Amino acid sequence: MSDKIYGIMAEFNSPGEVLRAAQKVRDVGYRRWDVFTPFPIHGLDKVMGLQNSLVGWVSLFMGAGAFASVVGLIWYSNAFDYPLIVGGKPMFSVPMTFVPAYIMLIMGAAIGALMGMLGLNQLPRLHHPLLDKSRFAGASNDKFILVIGAMDKKFCASETRRLLQELGGTHIEIVEDKD
Amino acid sequence: MSEPAINLEEFKMFAPPAELRRAPVVEGNQGLSWLTDKLSAFAEGRTPIWWWAFFLPAAFAATVIFPVCLFYQVFTGVGVWGNNHPVMWGLDIVNFIWWVGVAHAGTLISALLFLTRQHWRTTIGRMAEAMTVFSVAMAGLYPAIHVGRAWFDWFMFPVPNSNGLWPQFRSPLMWDVFAVNTYLVVSSLFWFMGMIPDFAVFRDRSKTRIRKLIFSFLAMGWTGSARQWHHYEKAYVVLCGLCTLLVFTVSSIVGLDFCTAQIAGWHATIFPLYFVIGAVFCGFGMMLVLLVPLRKLCGLENVITKSHVDKVAKLTLVSGLMIAYIYLMEFFIAWYSGDPYERWVFGHRLFGHTYMVMGWILIVVNVGVTQLLWFKKIRSNLFALFVIGLLINIGMWSERFVIVVGSLYQDFLPANWGKYMPTIWDIGLYVGTLGAFFMLYLLFIKFLPMIAISEVKGVMPQADPHHPLGGAQKEAGHE
Repeated sequence: MSDKIYGIMAEFNSPGEVLRAAQKVRDVGYRRWDVFTPFPIHGLDKVMGLQNSLVGWVSLFMGAGAFASVVGLIWYSNAFDYPLIVGGKPMFSVPMTFVPAYIMLIMGAAIGALMGMLGLNQLPRLHHPLLDKSRFAGASNDKFILVIGAMDKKFCASETRRLLQELGGTHIEIVEDKD
Repeated sequence: MSEPAINLEEFKMFAPPAELRRAPVVEGNQGLSWLTDKLSAFAEGRTPIWWWAFFLPAAFAATVIFPVCLFYQVFTGVGVWGNNHPVMWGLDIVNFIWWVGVAHAGTLISALLFLTRQHWRTTIGRMAEAMTVFSVAMAGLYPAIHVGRAWFDWFMFPVPNSNGLWPQFRSPLMWDVFAVNTYLVVSSLFWFMGMIPDFAVFRDRSKTRIRKLIFSFLAMGWTGSARQWHHYEKAYVVLCGLCTLLVFTVSSIVGLDFCTAQIAGWHATIFPLYFVIGAVFCGFGMMLVLLVPLRKLCGLENVITKSHVDKVAKLTLVSGLMIAYIYLMEFFIAWYSGDPYERWVFGHRLFGHTYMVMGWILIVVNVGVTQLLWFKKIRSNLFALFVIGLLINIGMWSERFVIVVGSLYQDFLPANWGKYMPTIWDIGLYVGTLGAFFMLYLLFIKFLPMIAISEVKGVMPQADPHHPLGGAQKEAGHE
């Protein structure tokens, strides 16, 4: 067993319990903690003070970029590189670009949303210290796991454990960081 | 600072009377752990006989009939099909539109119903998305080989090349290339992203090492932390919005392929809308065909409840009424336009000697049979729903046949008239794509999470921190 500690995990049985525990953990002054749940719990993001996710902006940026690139591509290919009169229409006009550019906006924005989600969540990752713990499998089933990280300034192996016990957490374990 | 808590008695007091209460999303709800077991049971259990009974014929069609018809056509030429002057668009385009149509209802269920916060969609959303992904893949194949020389397909993409070729961006056929490819990519991304948390469920439940490896790889290290869910939910909403746009865009563009042509019967401004509604209607038919047997065979009657199937049937009815209105308008405008060619084409849809059977199937099934869904008795009879779903698929297939072939075979010049009969290669290719679709679908339900486990859990009362079952408690004042 290595000496490095990732944090302390505690198990809760319902979203209500973990939400109340999270409020206490925040009120006590911890900052580097997270809650692992089988589904998103509404209200938890507010308790954790999470700001509006940047995924929307990544998506908008990618979508707008794709739109502009396709307009540029159509201008370059049909009006500049190989100008060709089709049906007596101008070489380049805005309406003709709209449909392909709009379709590619959807493509770009969708790829942006997925990439933004993965990037901001630092996924894909090959390993996570929590995935070593057998009890952690409950977090994808019916358990709600609160983890206080060792990086936290207030973290103290015995004090933090006591707090989690007081809050009603069960199966409190130290999570080792083997990296 | 604590959230307002309620106890069970108070909750009952404020609940609406029994007849106004919504049916629970999952029946016989026994908690979250029970739900995880139930929803992963099919993918983890032994493969049942019925699965093989469906899989083997589908796999035969997909791996023998499909490639044989495909390769024979590609090596020989489009002439092996029945397409010939004046009917240059035959079964290949009919099937293309039909498959795109099947896809649309899947996106509508999974994306639009998410945006409108329909909780019941969580149980069928994943199956609908899978239907979308596989049917768009089938649809995309047809135009690619219909061009005749499939090895020149890359001409359609704006790639710099030594021929100095660029696509002609003013053509709706070109827009189709973008639309169908985008639809395939975006619906696959949406489908895959939705499955990431469920891959993590499968990873954590895996008993064998190989299963653990595969699902760990697919879950990409998902831990389900509140921060991850926070970004995930945002991305999900954004993707739902984009997919909803696609529902209305892709079939509109397919409709534009037709209405920009001068052919009587095609040249109508209603076409983009017509194709969207038709697509959704046809897709709901396919959804009924898939849902009704699968909920029983996979033991999911408690999850995909009768009330959910009833709601799909109601949506089918709504889209069926819209399509009936559009048929009415089409015939009315053909008469009202005073254009003799339009009148001729529409008259011959129902009373011409060549394809009148198709025209009447369209009216009887899409307008007639759909009205049965008004009756609650029919909507709660699963066998009837299955048959209606099948009939709608046939009816919508005839509709596409009537539009494509029915408008082409008698154009402006009687000397130019002809007939179209599909050949065995046309039919073989259709059978092959059907086989490939069902083969992929059966593989999907056997190996991947066929129901969105995390989403279904998220709409259970146990997931609501303000519900007594979710751990809400009455607190003695503020501390």
